[in-house]
Amino acid sequence: MIQQDIQLDENGRLRHFLTIEGLSRTLLTEILDTAESFSGVTAQSVKKVPLLRGKTIVNLFFEASTRTRTTFELAAKRLSADVLNLSLSTSATSKGETLLDTLHNLEAMHCDMFVVRHSESGAAHFIARHVSPHTSVINAGDGQHAHPTQALLDMFTIRRHKPDFTRLTVAIVGDILHSRVARSQIHAMTTLGVPEIRVIGPQTLIPVKPESLGVHVYHDLREGLRGVDVVIMLRLQKERMLGAMLPSEHEYFRLYGLTGEKLAVTKPDAIVMHPGPINRGVEMDSAVADGPRSVVLQQVTHGIAVRMAVMSMAMQRHPVGAGAGEK
Amino acid sequence: MKKLKLRIRNGRVIDPANNIDSVQDIFIAKGRIVALGKAPDGFVVEGEIDATNRIVCPGLVDLRVHLTEPGEEHKATIASETAAAASAGITSLCCLPDTTPVIDTPAVATLIYQRARQAGKAKIYTLGALTRGLAGDQLSEMSALKEIGCVGVSNALLPISNTLIMRRAMEYAATHDLTVFIHAEDPWLRNNACVHEGVISTRYGLYGNPAAAESVAFAQHVALIEELGTQAHFCHLSTARAVRMLGRAQYDGLAVTADVTAHHLHLTEMDFGLFNSMSHVRPPLRTQRDRDGLRAGVANSTISAVCSDHYPHESDAKLAPYSETEPGISALETLLPLSLRLVEDEVLSLNEMLARLTFMPADILGIKAGRLAVGDAADICIFDPAATWMLSADRMVSRGRNTPFTGWEFTGKVTHTLLDGKIVFGPKAVS
Repeated sequence: MIQQDIQLDENGRLRHFLTIEGLSRTLLTEILDTAESFSGVTAQSVKKVPLLRGKTIVNLFFEASTRTRTTFELAAKRLSADVLNLSLSTSATSKGETLLDTLHNLEAMHCDMFVVRHSESGAAHFIARHVSPHTSVINAGDGQHAHPTQALLDMFTIRRHKPDFTRLTVAIVGDILHSRVARSQIHAMTTLGVPEIRVIGPQTLIPVKPESLGVHVYHDLREGLRGVDVVIMLRLQKERMLGAMLPSEHEYFRLYGLTGEKLAVTKPDAIVMHPGPINRGVEMDSAVADGPRSVVLQQVTHGIAVRMAVMSMAMQRHPVGAGAGEK
Repeated sequence: MKKLKLRIRNGRVIDPANNIDSVQDIFIAKGRIVALGKAPDGFVVEGEIDATNRIVCPGLVDLRVHLTEPGEEHKATIASETAAAASAGITSLCCLPDTTPVIDTPAVATLIYQRARQAGKAKIYTLGALTRGLAGDQLSEMSALKEIGCVGVSNALLPISNTLIMRRAMEYAATHDLTVFIHAEDPWLRNNACVHEGVISTRYGLYGNPAAAESVAFAQHVALIEELGTQAHFCHLSTARAVRMLGRAQYDGLAVTADVTAHHLHLTEMDFGLFNSMSHVRPPLRTQRDRDGLRAGVANSTISAVCSDHYPHESDAKLAPYSETEPGISALETLLPLSLRLVEDEVLSLNEMLARLTFMPADILGIKAGRLAVGDAADICIFDPAATWMLSADRMVSRGRNTPFTGWEFTGKVTHTLLDGKIVFGPKAVS
């Protein structure tokens, strides 16, 4: 079924950034290349470029977040935009004000971009469908659906270490079922040409019909890690014990926790990633988290450049020569 | 208004209950059918409807409609929705007890009958609540509900607290010879999910409602029915597995029937449309294999009725992130068109299709409707089987515009609806 992608404008340029699904390899590569050009900026002593001067960006967070919100804020400020941070607990909407009311009120203040995080899958699409034509929406995580900037900063990090996506074997370990990060990573990797993507976890944390996503399922960590180039560990939410999805953190760590010994079956130069925040001793032990193979802190740093790239491109102000201009 | 003596002239009269399918006239007096074919002696035609090239069939019987009055009049009213029913050829509809207040006392049922009479566009039958307040833990006063006219009992979409209460409610209903209308869905397996557990739930990160939520509850109910001998009807089946289990139960001689919604016979999980809240229904749209199983069940009459499961909503109810929207389709006006599509798709013949919209649902409800014999109430639907049209939300009669079928092209359009011999939809009779 062909669906008009609301993420793109009539010229095929990025207008909203809601999900990786449906975006081309060319566009994803363009975002990564643009981010590469910004990563120089963030390392300079004067860390600002004037690309979004005079623009107003609202961080609209309906769900708590430190890392994502902070890096979006930094990214916006380094692009010289004015930033408004709104942390609306869902109580703001339970006062009888609908999400749409909240949105229209903010729009009345002439904002140019919403960076949205919401606990419901599809919230970012919903908002994008209802904003006025000049406003852009960036999805900073919606329910269990998508977290596209996280996925791209992960791709950026992988590319820094392993430049050719088409030669990689990548394993994603843990709670795939509830993970918007995993969904977006899988779409990004299949689009960028990663030939083998494995998901590793107990059946209770793997969604049904995983093959429809283009991944191979492993229930045994050692088997799944054998020969991989990249290991992506997912965060385990504490509440998974309550729904009888897991017996205990202890057993989870024993089966799926990453240790130096288990890491030994990967390729010798395999990198270890985690979207954070890490539950040490649950998803991985500290020796791995702080060890030489871990690129967890690089992921955070790259988050700023990638978000600068996405924001500037969605505002149609991306640097000349980044690739999409010619028609 | 005085009821005219009417002649419906030259239409193709199809009445599956009486095996009628031929071009002939129908004569109506005092709200009843007085003759088919030849006018009775001394009959003076006071009004005539030309039904040349049209199909004349019994007014449709829709056995599953959510009334939003009393309680949710901001969505729709009895007057607005019975007008929509009339425009769609539906003359009898049966509403669920999940109004506010719930139909667990005769007073609420009486109010609904009264409003329906005032509106005068369609006959409303009611299901009484199976448990008090539909809370699932105390019996309702079923005897009183039956006396006031409830044609069955149901707990609507709400769960019964446990299987012991379920058993007792079924026994008590059997005591009063009331059919229990069952929404077969295990509340725990459902897990508050609003899409089918499958490729869509996996891809879009939504909780999935597994097919087992239906089959587990179905099996549990069948086991109780087998033991108690209760008359039971399964509402809006959504899975091929439940259809197979139903067929087996019928083969074993159990008094069980079932219906399916018109939309489950056409849509699948793939009609999710990237978080399009119009596809949010209960039970969820399932796989193509399920849809094919449901179609086969309708064709071989394991499933004996097709219903609308009409649920009109105000626009805000569908304007939210997917899981926060209200489930349901404003479906009265697509019941006949979608059913006629099954005939186009050669799932079953026109006569078989009309049977599942007329006397078969009427028999499930135990009401005298859905037939065109002499002496029957003149509840009649006349439609042009060749007229093509496109559904657009702003031309709907129902106050609920929530439908996933906007833009669909249909063949077959209702031109007249008669209720007790009175034209409640369509142009006046020519005198």
